[in-house]
Amino acid sequence: MTRLAERPDLSIIAEWIAPRTRVLDLGCGDGELLQHLARRKQVSGYGIEIDDEHIPECIRAGVNVIQMDLDAGLSEFDDDSFDYVVLSLTLQAMRYPRRLLEEMLRVGRQGIVTFPNFGHWSARVQLALRGRMPVTRALPSTWYDTPNIHLCTLKDFESLCREMGIHVLEKRAVDHRHKSGLGLRLLPNLLGEIALYRFRRG
Amino acid sequence: MPDPLPPDSVGLVAPQTHHFTEPLKLSSGGVLPEYDLVYETYGTLNPGRSNAILVCHALSSNHHVAGYHSPDDRKPGWWENFVGPGKTIDTRRFFVVCCNNLGGCFGSTGPASINPATGKPYGPDFPIVTVRDWVESQARLSDVLGIERWAAVVGGSLGGMQVLQWAIDYSARLAHAVVIAAAPKLTAQNIAFNEVARQAIRSDPDFHEGRYYEYGTEPRRGLRIARMLGHITYLSDDIMAEKFGRDLRAGRINFDYNVEFQVESYLRYQADSFVGKFDANTYLLMTKALDYFDPAERTGGDLARALAPARADFLVVSFTSDWRFAPARSREIVKALHDNDLNVSYAEIRAAQGHDAFLMRIPQYLEVFGAYMNRVAEALP
Repeated sequence: MTRLAERPDLSIIAEWIAPRTRVLDLGCGDGELLQHLARRKQVSGYGIEIDDEHIPECIRAGVNVIQMDLDAGLSEFDDDSFDYVVLSLTLQAMRYPRRLLEEMLRVGRQGIVTFPNFGHWSARVQLALRGRMPVTRALPSTWYDTPNIHLCTLKDFESLCREMGIHVLEKRAVDHRHKSGLGLRLLPNLLGEIALYRFRRG
Repeated sequence: MPDPLPPDSVGLVAPQTHHFTEPLKLSSGGVLPEYDLVYETYGTLNPGRSNAILVCHALSSNHHVAGYHSPDDRKPGWWENFVGPGKTIDTRRFFVVCCNNLGGCFGSTGPASINPATGKPYGPDFPIVTVRDWVESQARLSDVLGIERWAAVVGGSLGGMQVLQWAIDYSARLAHAVVIAAAPKLTAQNIAFNEVARQAIRSDPDFHEGRYYEYGTEPRRGLRIARMLGHITYLSDDIMAEKFGRDLRAGRINFDYNVEFQVESYLRYQADSFVGKFDANTYLLMTKALDYFDPAERTGGDLARALAPARADFLVVSFTSDWRFAPARSREIVKALHDNDLNVSYAEIRAAQGHDAFLMRIPQYLEVFGAYMNRVAEALP
């Protein structure tokens, strides 16, 4: 699995997921997380993806993929039907992120979310000093041409979790090398480029 | 047949017929004491007999899936786009089988066949057959061919419904199920269209209560209208607008009832080419089989419970502009499958062609279907 090395947020998620569980991967892309989990951890489940080009990729990878729009909700999935519901680097592109988080915890016993941290120092510097919308490694699009319409910081996300009664079980902030050294542990909201959370209903 | 023959065509093919003498008990309670099934095969059955694909056909098609019956044939089989050497259902890897369903009019026993009890055509005495009965008869054909387990059972529209039924009734006899442009049951609107088609046929003065063979005639007018109606539901509003718009054949309005708009010409052409080739009683039977199809009937309307016996891996495909069996209907199937923890992939193909899209070479459809069939081939024992 060399490709997972290119998306180390996925390898952290893979570490968090217990073997022989059931996973729903929202915005599963080409299915690499589920393929990895199936091979290494006997995990079963489904990926949801809207993008045409990813559907045959998932099929080739032997991953169950269901083509649908996440913004339409997860009403086709029953309560508690998965051990984990994963949303990696997709929350910020959702039209109704709060509603989707609610849905994730209805359908799954645990949720795993990763997102680009808008509180990263480089974003702060660009906005504060240059007065421009940040364009960073984790957020490479310009403001007028970005799928990312609901950006947030670690603090914002945690405050939403408190408001929604979501209990965070594990949290990680990583830099672009997806390392989380001492600095990142002390100042995650300033130094973290990608935030990762594992949580359950409170 | 084109000359030279394209390398990805199966070329000249010949149907075969098997006569079954073991009586077939039908869902209706009726019994067919004996019957014929006509079928075609392409490719070679491997020594392990593990590479067989069963194709189930839709309402008005038949066992002639691919290739040509004679060098003079102008048109190939109905799924030539997908079946052949190197194609989606690759006949170099798979042994492909399709039979004309019971009640059909292309060689399998149907209403136009002679009823051994009377020496006359069955006509309206031919029992109503259901999707379950078809699957039962196809399972018997599998026995005849020595195929214990299909690598995949594949079908579009009414064919997709047969695939679902296979997955329920003979769960151990198929590894993969490909359900294209189907629905778990018809809606009231679907049934309404079928009823108009049936009324068109049955109210034709040449129908003679279904015994028209004895009068040396057939309900041509009724069958034409039924076919026209069918074609309207196979196409989308958009594709009709694109193909015909309000184009006039003569370039101007004539203020009469002859063919004026191109779409009228299209419907009349479709109707004309259907009549003489298709038996009106078979049309009635096929629409009834569609209406009755509802595997969840036995589980109190719970499709997930109906599919509980299924063990196959599934590919479900729908087309965005299909309003006859809309994507939402395929998603009902997908939900019932993942409720049972079955392996299922679902693709919603963006296509303007409506229900008929399942017959067409649409790049994303080819890509998805091809990727899946490749997986089927790679998993062959």
